[in-house]
Amino acid sequence: MTSNKSKELLLEMKNIHIDGFSDERWHKILKGVDLTLHRGEILGLIGESGAGKSTMGKAAMGYTQPGCKIIKGEINFNGIDLAKLTEFEKRKIWGTKISYVAQSAAASFNPAHRLMDQTISAANRLKINPTDVLKKDAVQLYESLQLPDAENIGDRYPHQVSGGQLQRIMTAMAMSPRPELIIFDEPTTALDVTTQVEVLSAMRSIVDKFNTAAIYITHDLAVVAQMADRIKVLRYGEEVEEAETRDMLSNPKEEYTKSLWSVRSLIKPEETNEDYMLSIKNIDAAYGSSKVLHNVSIDIPKGKTVAIVGESGSGKSTTARVITGLLPQLKGEIIFDGKKLSPKLEQRSKEELRRIQIIFQMPDTAMNPRQTVDEIIGRPIEFYQGIKGKEREAKVIELLKMIELDETFLDRLPSELSGGQKQRICIARALAANPDLIICDEVTSALDQIVQEGILKLLQKLQKELGVTYIFITHDIATVKAISDEIVVMYQGEVVEQGLKSKILNPPYPDYTELLLSSVPEMDPDWLTNLLNKRSS
Amino acid sequence: MLRLSLGLVTVFAFSVIIFSTFSFLPGDFATEILGQSATKSAVKALRAELGLDKPPVTRYFDWLGNVFQGDFGSSFSGRSKVQGDQGDRSREVVGLIVPRLKNTLFLTGVAAMLAIPLSLILGISAALYRNSYYDRSATGVSLVTVSSPEFFTAYIFILLLATLFPVFPTISNVDEASTLAERFYRTALPVFTLTLITMGHMMRMTRSAIINILSSEYIEMAKLSGASRYEVIVKHALPNAWAPISQVIAINLAYMLIGSVVVEYVFNYQGIGRLMVGSVYNRDLPVVQACALIFASTYVILNLIADLIGIISNPRLLYPK
Repeated sequence: MTSNKSKELLLEMKNIHIDGFSDERWHKILKGVDLTLHRGEILGLIGESGAGKSTMGKAAMGYTQPGCKIIKGEINFNGIDLAKLTEFEKRKIWGTKISYVAQSAAASFNPAHRLMDQTISAANRLKINPTDVLKKDAVQLYESLQLPDAENIGDRYPHQVSGGQLQRIMTAMAMSPRPELIIFDEPTTALDVTTQVEVLSAMRSIVDKFNTAAIYITHDLAVVAQMADRIKVLRYGEEVEEAETRDMLSNPKEEYTKSLWSVRSLIKPEETNEDYMLSIKNIDAAYGSSKVLHNVSIDIPKGKTVAIVGESGSGKSTTARVITGLLPQLKGEIIFDGKKLSPKLEQRSKEELRRIQIIFQMPDTAMNPRQTVDEIIGRPIEFYQGIKGKEREAKVIELLKMIELDETFLDRLPSELSGGQKQRICIARALAANPDLIICDEVTSALDQIVQEGILKLLQKLQKELGVTYIFITHDIATVKAISDEIVVMYQGEVVEQGLKSKILNPPYPDYTELLLSSVPEMDPDWLTNLLNKRSS
Repeated sequence: MLRLSLGLVTVFAFSVIIFSTFSFLPGDFATEILGQSATKSAVKALRAELGLDKPPVTRYFDWLGNVFQGDFGSSFSGRSKVQGDQGDRSREVVGLIVPRLKNTLFLTGVAAMLAIPLSLILGISAALYRNSYYDRSATGVSLVTVSSPEFFTAYIFILLLATLFPVFPTISNVDEASTLAERFYRTALPVFTLTLITMGHMMRMTRSAIINILSSEYIEMAKLSGASRYEVIVKHALPNAWAPISQVIAINLAYMLIGSVVVEYVFNYQGIGRLMVGSVYNRDLPVVQACALIFASTYVILNLIADLIGIISNPRLLYPK
């Protein structure tokens, strides 16, 4: 990041108020936020979900999502107030002067058209350059974004390339008309850490190359530290603070900004145990004809937490499915508390089922939206322990207290809970069976940093009180550091290594562990630059 | 290929069902034709002549074998009542069905050509101006047309366009000699009826398919890259909507064909539907079976075409990873 950016003002947003309509009434999403951006500058917008950062980013284009409206405020882009323009006039700016890179590239490309056609569609609208010139330019953009087979990748359809590649192609699409401003809306959130590094470096170099101004929206401070010259923190639709990146990282002023670091400071002393709750031995498993697990062996010590890490497609979740019996293994055996478990779910006894519970990544989809909290938690109590009536209710309330909620939640539906509360209810539901082993499948990855910390602390507390064993599946190394005793690293359906946290997280590493660990963004603005230098040498 | 063979299996299964349903109906053609007072021996003789005395399985395979050769057998009716009479006026089923099938296809074809473009245009524009007065009245009216039974709609048309304002004839009798213009004129009312009863459903499904797609992220992306309204609909939404839309069209065309049974009866139109109703009345098995088989295969073929469109319009299925 060069510091000699021009001081020519490109975008100035003043006192932006935006309301959104949901649950039958209007809510304030943004309450008077200002923003300035100079040519060639990159501004990082960070905050938790619901902070209004995405709405702010889209408002920079003069766009609001359906159901939202700009109440007041000015959006001066190059001297034109976008808030006053008609839809028709704004369309001449969208995609050509200001372009947008969305979070989920897979959902944001039209599945029916080839990538090249989508890449150049906005530039084509300008009618300055003929199509073949634009195509050549797009191929060059693909090359500078280090896409494989840049010549031909544009002929493919979106479903034929990977998520990381799609995200880079979308950057090429945004860059194709040479806009003055690009809005990056959480562009790497859906990617694995190892892919994220590649995409980040590609984006940064191309924005540098064309000296394009950008607004980079994310909830990950470490990521924004690599990209932005300046950082603005939003919360509840208001600005918390704004500072140059280095100042912000070394000296955050507000309590809230400091708390964004907190999950990274959660540390657990490691312990282990020779007495295994669960051992899986030489497991092979497949979906249909494609084999996804190869000879996987893992030991889970009693009352401890084992984290299984790896990127998507490494077989972490499949391992969980095999343990629970949802996907019977082809080969190998599962020993649970000294006894062999049958591979198929149907052949396991009710008692065996009770002792292994699972908590899923998305609490929204893991709960029946039509059931109240009472029904959700009460059913496993009734089903596994045969407790009914008054006693059952007392038990539900006891569980609610355990997860730091109270009986006022009994009659609520999942839709009336926040993300963190939903995940707590899912934890209570797992606890209701009084299990010995809980599999936590990416339980915190859909949550904000602060909420994550709360959930992780709760899980630790419950382990201390109840002595329950956890298998913690995650791709987030910070979470692993915070909660695990032992770590299992998986790659392409195989176990790379298993061992105590201190052993795995300290050198010497096997190659893959090294790659995985070094890809985790750090709070150092020079981290990406240093990493790339180190990797290229 | 798999779909094609599945389609064949379906038609085959249909043929079994059709055949067995009609074979196990109480009473048969022989008693029907000879009357209550017929002697047992006369009935037996007639049954033997028609092949009704053979076991059902044998009859089924005989029939199926002939159907494969394009021979649907001969109609029972028109046959001489007296045994041994040489003046047999029985007609080949194929000869009976083909001209009527042509008439029905003409009727439903014209109705389809009217209904499909109309409902697509109405559905897309309703989706585009969602929740406007236009959208609300279009969806409201379509709900009324979908919920009215065919004969009711038909009688309303007769009342309005034939009785109160005599523009079109109430009886749609056409024959080989009718000119194309005459055919259009005479079949106007049944065409309108069929159009109206199917259009509502197609329009509503098109609307919801488009609305569904309009809320997806790539549409927002297209808008943010400066695409105009027209471009968003035609270039971005419609290519992804062909699969659901073609399914709905297939179902409705099949429904139209079945609806023509009632409509043809109301307007006294010489189509296959009317033929079928008449033949059921007369227990004329070969004709009924042939008609039912034609209906069933049309349904299967229409669905196959819809599936095919779904595959062609979806690059995910067309170009695997």
